[in-house]
Amino acid sequence: MGFSSFAPSGLHLTCDVLVLGGGPAGTWAAFEAARTGARVVLADKGFCGTSGATAPSGTSIWYVEPDPKLRAAAIVSREALGGFLADRAWSARVLETTHAALHELGARGYPFPVDGAGNPIRVSLQGPEYMRLMRKLAKGAGVRILDHSPALELLVDEAGAVAGARGIRRQQGDGWQVDAGAVVIATGGCAFLSRALGCTALTGDGHLMAAEAGADFSGMEFSNAYAIAADFASVTKTLFFKWATFTDEAGEVIPGAASNGGRSVIARHLQKGRVFARLDRADAAMQANMRAAQPNFFLPFDRMGIDPFTDRFPITLHLEGTVRGTGGLRIVDETCATRVPGLYAAGDAATRELICGGFTGGGSHNAAWAVSSGRWAGRAAAEFGRRAPNGRVRRGAGTAGLRDAGARPFDPAEAARTVVGEVHPFDRNYFRTEEGLTRSLDRLDSQWARLTASAPADGTNVLRAREAAAMTAVARWMYRSGLARTESRGMHRRIDHAAADPAQRHLLTAAGLTEVSVSHRPAPPLAADAAEQRSSEGIAA
Amino acid sequence: MIELISAARCTGCNICVAACPTNVFASSLSGPPVIARQADCQTCFMCELYCPEDALYVAPAAGAPLGLASEADAPLPLGTYRAAIGWTPATAANRSVDAMHAVLSAK
Repeated sequence: MGFSSFAPSGLHLTCDVLVLGGGPAGTWAAFEAARTGARVVLADKGFCGTSGATAPSGTSIWYVEPDPKLRAAAIVSREALGGFLADRAWSARVLETTHAALHELGARGYPFPVDGAGNPIRVSLQGPEYMRLMRKLAKGAGVRILDHSPALELLVDEAGAVAGARGIRRQQGDGWQVDAGAVVIATGGCAFLSRALGCTALTGDGHLMAAEAGADFSGMEFSNAYAIAADFASVTKTLFFKWATFTDEAGEVIPGAASNGGRSVIARHLQKGRVFARLDRADAAMQANMRAAQPNFFLPFDRMGIDPFTDRFPITLHLEGTVRGTGGLRIVDETCATRVPGLYAAGDAATRELICGGFTGGGSHNAAWAVSSGRWAGRAAAEFGRRAPNGRVRRGAGTAGLRDAGARPFDPAEAARTVVGEVHPFDRNYFRTEEGLTRSLDRLDSQWARLTASAPADGTNVLRAREAAAMTAVARWMYRSGLARTESRGMHRRIDHAAADPAQRHLLTAAGLTEVSVSHRPAPPLAADAAEQRSSEGIAA
Repeated sequence: MIELISAARCTGCNICVAACPTNVFASSLSGPPVIARQADCQTCFMCELYCPEDALYVAPAAGAPLGLASEADAPLPLGTYRAAIGWTPATAANRSVDAMHAVLSAK
């Protein structure tokens, strides 16, 4: 391998913990690490406070009062949907940590709504308000925030431990390097440039960087979440479509179409023609609640002159990939460490199988996981980072788009289009088959080989080149895992294996860049009452 | 996507340049920032919330610009979203209005 294409001239910092990503998981990690006295730098691809899927939206959050019966019921209620892969002990830890975090948020100024008796209601968060506060809390704890500073590669020491990262400063036009004792990957999931709200920057950059340093993945077959939106709009809020009537071009009701349990019917219809919705099942009181719950949902409608409660409007499904899927970096212990020393993962970048198994809806568990995994990763990274030796020799671990391996650079836009063409179509990703996945993998594998045999991208293209490389890599882990799971479980749906296979109630690990390998690990033991539920309801498919 | 920066309202503070998560704006030495990379806009409406002058308008269509030329082309007054979430002094009470619990508990 030759030399890196970008010289990290510009900003050079040293710290104990470097957090990559400034959404909920990243800000909680940075805040928590800084509170232990660690020196913390947070680098965000965009602006910490507006970046990511949470900031522009509102989200429910998995908050349950500390009553053992309520907590147990909350944990058990989602097991079937997740294909019985979640871990009750992890779920209990997340409920405990999230509960404490939300109480702290309230104490630090988050304006929770109150009930009739004046008690705060802590089951949801408004994204702009939440993330503005998280930025303030992180800064107040001493975190140095680098905005518009995407990371391009991790730095590793002679022993292979992760020891920092480097990237570019888009608004200064130069580079940055941070020599750190430990790194937290909180770069979000990968939504493959779909128009789902807040997902443009979520291209799997952290997944690629972590894999280049040796990390592996779990649950990448659970990566085909699609959300409902008006076809002209970015704003996804599938929950509100619970009150929708879905109709075809002629205005006939589509049998079986529903936001939950009937989304595949919508996908099938969208393959043939347009689908319309009207939220005509919400009464006046619910309409008012929806407006007060999610002002952003109504922006596209109000500005288009459409009343979503009385007018029919065309809808689409936006791919949310692993942003709402449950696959991500594999976590090896309760500190949210990856298998690489010095590297931790939190939020959507980390696998959420531990609390969700193979399925989640929007918000709720995802928001709770971001808070909890962020806090754990931040605390552990601070401890590891403070003990890291000084004077280590660091080298960049990056590959595609950064290293000199060919005569000319690849075209990032064309590479991105190729990946999008393999992961967006319903007949490839929503409704999976061995034939379709294999055909996609042929193209994706040869694209990866092409990208790694190219010259480094130049300064103006390097971010787009790394995004395209990251999406290519993520799609390969997804589809290789999807091919290995010859059953339907959680959100992973195989047309050629439509039922769940009890023998495959296990977890899949995906690893590697040049060659992707998939192996399986045992799922957590099935609790006696889960087994009962399983036999009475049948496994979720 | 972002379509308008009202020259009449903009004070050139460049907060939008910093706050846009996809780096769509570029500051200019004289006058308002420019929409330098419109195709990168993800239609998240965050710039409107961070603009203290309500000088920005994000059109509802996420795929392509609607071709609005001036504030007069916007179907609604500028600043409605900032007011709705309670980020204007006059609407601050809206900050703690969140009926998500009622939506979630509905059968």
